Amino acid sequence: MENLYREHILDHYGNPRNQGTLESPDVTCEWDNPLCGDVVRIDLNLEDGRVSEVRFSGEGCVISMASASMLTEAIKGKTIAEMEALRDEDIFEMLGVELPPSRVRCALLPLRVLHKGLAERR
Amino acid sequence: MSGTTVLDSLSLRADFPILAQEMHGKPLAYLDSAASSQRPRQVVEAMDQFYQARYANIHRGVYVLSEEATAAYEQARSKVAAFINAPSPRSVIFTRNTTEAINLVAYSWGRDNIGAGDRIIATEMEHHSNLVPWQMLAQATGAELAFIPITDEGYLDLDALDGLLQENVKLVTFAHVSNVLGTVNPVEEVIARVRKLAPQAKVLVDTAQGVPHLPVDVTAWDCDFLAFSGHKMCGPTGVGVLYGRQELLDSMPPFLTGGGMIRRVELTHSTWDEVPARFEAGTPAIVEAVGLGAAVDYLNAVGIEAIAAHERELAAYALERMSAVPGVHIVGPPAEHRCGLVSFTVDRVHPHDMAQILDWEGVAVRAGHHCAQPLHRKLGLTATTRASFYLYTLKEEVDRLVAGIEKAIRQFS
Repeated sequence: MENLYREHILDHYGNPRNQGTLESPDVTCEWDNPLCGDVVRIDLNLEDGRVSEVRFSGEGCVISMASASMLTEAIKGKTIAEMEALRDEDIFEMLGVELPPSRVRCALLPLRVLHKGLAERR
Repeated sequence: MSGTTVLDSLSLRADFPILAQEMHGKPLAYLDSAASSQRPRQVVEAMDQFYQARYANIHRGVYVLSEEATAAYEQARSKVAAFINAPSPRSVIFTRNTTEAINLVAYSWGRDNIGAGDRIIATEMEHHSNLVPWQMLAQATGAELAFIPITDEGYLDLDALDGLLQENVKLVTFAHVSNVLGTVNPVEEVIARVRKLAPQAKVLVDTAQGVPHLPVDVTAWDCDFLAFSGHKMCGPTGVGVLYGRQELLDSMPPFLTGGGMIRRVELTHSTWDEVPARFEAGTPAIVEAVGLGAAVDYLNAVGIEAIAAHERELAAYALERMSAVPGVHIVGPPAEHRCGLVSFTVDRVHPHDMAQILDWEGVAVRAGHHCAQPLHRKLGLTATTRASFYLYTLKEEVDRLVAGIEKAIRQFS
C-alpha cells in the first residue's frame, strides 16, 4: 500500500505533462469530485478524427493530478471511439499501483471528465 | 471516574477497546471524533443487554416487556433533557441525527411560519446540514437568506449581525461550534442580540460539534431549537435530538407521518398526537435511544467540564506544535476560543495526500471540505485536513500527528 506514491506517479505530479488550457478547443469539460473538491479540466482538439492537442488543468491530490497527466499522454492520437472505450481498469493499469478504496475516485476523476466532455460534444 | 478532577485519558481508554489496535503496524491514533466519536463499552453493553433481555416495541404494548421497553426509552429522553437542562423531557424529540432534527424544523415550523419576503439568517461557517434545508425552505416560500460573515480570525462578525436583524427576520440559525474552524461561538451573546433587535425571530442552535465537548444549557441560553447527534457524543449512530421550546413544538404540525404519531385516523384525514410522539412517526430507534441514554450517563460520570478542559489543553498543544512546522497553515482562532479540533493546510501537500501519509502512520484524520463548502470558498481553500480530539485523545497522539505531518512534508518536497 505504501507504494502508492511511486516514482513515476510523483514524476507526473511534479512535472505534469500537457498542463494548461486550449483556446476554443473542440472538446472541453471541467468537473469536480464533490467529496473533496478536486477539480479537473480537460481541453482537446481533433484533427482527422484523432486527438491532435490536449491540455489539462485543475487542482487536486497527487493521484488525481498524476492520473490526469497520464491520461493526456495516453489519448494523444486516439479517436473518439477509442477514448470512449477507455475503462476504469485502464486507468488503474496506467497508474500501476494498488489504490486504497478512498483514492479510487481521485484516480478516476480525469477519465470521468473526459467522458463527460465527449458526451456533451454530441 | 470523577467529574471534578483532571481527566485521565489513558485510564478511560480501557472503556474503548476499538482504540487498542494497530493500523499499518502502528498503534491507531483516532483523530476523527468530530466526524464520529468512538463509544465506550458501557454504551455497547447497554444496547446489547437491552436487545438480549428487555427488547420489545414501545407504546401500547399491554405486556411487561413492552411496558419496560417504553420506560427505558422514556428514561433515555429524561436523561437527555437533563443533560441539556431542558425544562421537560416532553421538549426532547428523538430524530435520526442532527440533519433530520434541522429538517424537522425547516419542514414543520418553517412551512407554517416562513413566507415570501421573510428573512432567515445563518452563518458563513455552517455545515451543509444547517444550510441546505434553509435553502430549500427559502426556495419553496420566497424567503431570503442572509449570512453572518466570519472575520479573518474565524469568528462570527457580530456587528454585521446587528445590521441583518431587521423586522422581517423569522429565524436565526447557527453552529455552537464550527466543525472546520473549531470556533466556539458566543451562543448567549448572539441570542441576546437577536432578542433585542429582532424579538420576533426564533433561534436554532446546531450543537452537533458542541454538546459532545462543552456544557449546553438550553434554559440559560434561551434558544428556541437545539439540534445534535448521538454518534458524536459516545452514543450510537441512528439517533439524534431536537430540543424545542414547548409552546413552539405544541403549535407545530408533524414532519413525518404514519403510525405512532396520530390521535385519530379517518380514511381521508387525521389528527395528531401530543408532543413528542407527534414528531416520532413509526417505530423509532428504541435501542439507539437507550444507548444514547447510556452515553449521557458516561459523559456525566467523566464530567463534561473535565472533557472541555482536556480538549482545550490538547488544542493549545496541537496549535503550538503544528504552527512551529514550516509550511503548515492552521485555520480558525487561537486555542482559548476553540474546541478540540484543528484544520490545516500544508504547502505543496494536498489534504488527501496528507491524510494518506498520516494513515500509514496509524493516524486517522479527515481530508476534504468537511461538508462546509461555502466556508472553504470563503477561506480560499478547496480542502483542509482536520484532526479532532475527544476525551480519549492522548498528548502523544498529537505528537504522532505532528511527526506524520513532518514526514509528509519531507516526502513531497
